[in-house]
Amino acid sequence: MSPTISETISTKIWGEVAEPDNPFAAASCRCSGFDVYGDLLNNASYIDYLYLIFKLDPPNKKQSKILEGLAIALANLGPRDHAVRAAMNAGVGGSTHASALIAAISVGAGNLGGAREVFYGVQYWQACGTEIEKWRDLIANPPQQARLDVWLPMEHTPGFDPNGVNCPKPVIQTLEYLADIDTADHLKWLRDNRTILESKAGYPLAFSGLASAAFYELELQPEQAEMLFMLMRLPGAAAHALEQEKSGWRKYPFFSKGFKVTE
Amino acid sequence: MSHHSKLEKFEDNWQTSMGGWFAGEKVVLRGKNIFTQLNDKSWMEYLLYAVTGRESAKISRLLEGMWVICTSFPDPRIWNNRVSALAGTARSSGALAAAASVAVTEATIYGLKPIKGATDFFYRLGDCLEKGQSLEAVVRSELKQHRSVFGYGRPLINEDERIAPMIDFAKSIGCGDGRYIKLAYEVEDWFIQSRLKYRMNIAAVCAALLADEGLTPSDFYHMATLAFTAGAMPCFIDAESQPEGALFPLRVSRINFVGSQQTREWRS
Repeated sequence: MSPTISETISTKIWGEVAEPDNPFAAASCRCSGFDVYGDLLNNASYIDYLYLIFKLDPPNKKQSKILEGLAIALANLGPRDHAVRAAMNAGVGGSTHASALIAAISVGAGNLGGAREVFYGVQYWQACGTEIEKWRDLIANPPQQARLDVWLPMEHTPGFDPNGVNCPKPVIQTLEYLADIDTADHLKWLRDNRTILESKAGYPLAFSGLASAAFYELELQPEQAEMLFMLMRLPGAAAHALEQEKSGWRKYPFFSKGFKVTE
Repeated sequence: MSHHSKLEKFEDNWQTSMGGWFAGEKVVLRGKNIFTQLNDKSWMEYLLYAVTGRESAKISRLLEGMWVICTSFPDPRIWNNRVSALAGTARSSGALAAAASVAVTEATIYGLKPIKGATDFFYRLGDCLEKGQSLEAVVRSELKQHRSVFGYGRPLINEDERIAPMIDFAKSIGCGDGRYIKLAYEVEDWFIQSRLKYRMNIAAVCAALLADEGLTPSDFYHMATLAFTAGAMPCFIDAESQPEGALFPLRVSRINFVGSQQTREWRS
């Protein structure tokens, strides 16, 4: 029995045709007009499909290469990364695997090396583009929260590491790689002006800043970049959580001697 | 840029007055021994002390009343609850459901953003009035800047049925006559006579009641973070106890594709 349906989910991303014998199962799924299981499965790469889901158009070669390079760079930031550490804490205690990813997303969502920083970072790119004077002004006069938000105010220029000394080699290597991609003009500009920006910010460029530039190069909106920055870092968090789960809490730092309660 | 990492001095060195576990001996929270000095507190009193450092049976009771009356409707159509209900129907775990619902409760049109935002608004409004600005000027400025005022207007319906029982409860324990709750009603009066016709919602009432007790926006935010779980958990339990996948199933025709109707082929 088919009820009169008044409430629907409207989407530009996804369309389906039902199986003839089951209105609750799809016989065909289209993503922005492309047949997902009849065409994309055979012909598209994962990275291209990821881009399509967000942008609704296929990437060109430059965009595909930038997103793929960024995905490799971010897939595992290693067990010292805050988000990966969060996931490992789920692992060592034998928590659910979902909780490890929830932990990684929650911790990796914030203003320090996290997705919210990337959100602001893309906003900075939207405001400044490749005009160094605009960057100087914005870094010197960052936007202030007009009213309280659940997000804490930024404590440093988005995209730069307040605890850094010099720009770490992996960030430079990734920037060099991405800037060498044809017509990656904003990334080239960042490569050429990195040290100027760092001197203004007072801190070295971080992966969050590099990712912000790459997402801007891909013409993604701040909120799209925020989402992608969270999900692209999950593979490392998942794998490290599983490894520490097997290894157990006894072999994982508890900081027994590093904790002092003051009165 | 510096020549040494600022992190070196923190390595294996976390000093805190918040408290901690002294293995095999005691647990301390904000300088008090949990086993001997905080052991007779209610959970809400303990949470208030943990969050704010304040000990107040009255504020704890007020918060408890808010949690019961205002925050935990066991209705799976409400978005944060629906997440728990979906977890139940998809046979996920109860803790994952609760975690997701708590996170989703940090919403803009309901939940934690209005709670924090309304408290912040009342404190700023109070400051502006003390400096001689009019209530109308402050509200208009807020609307111009943000197109909304946290605590006023409500999705789906305008009038908030929680206000009367909440105010009754607050008065029953000696709250509800402070400066900020009066301001909250004055702002509502302004909205009602304006073309917007917004009514006050429960976020404004709770924020004002707690501002009158001296809670900061962050205090209220942290105290309220778990408040919605008593609505989410029954939704999970309900969905978990019914056939799997039975919660509001969506047939294919419920997807209204509004993108390009053109069929596209991937270039290889």
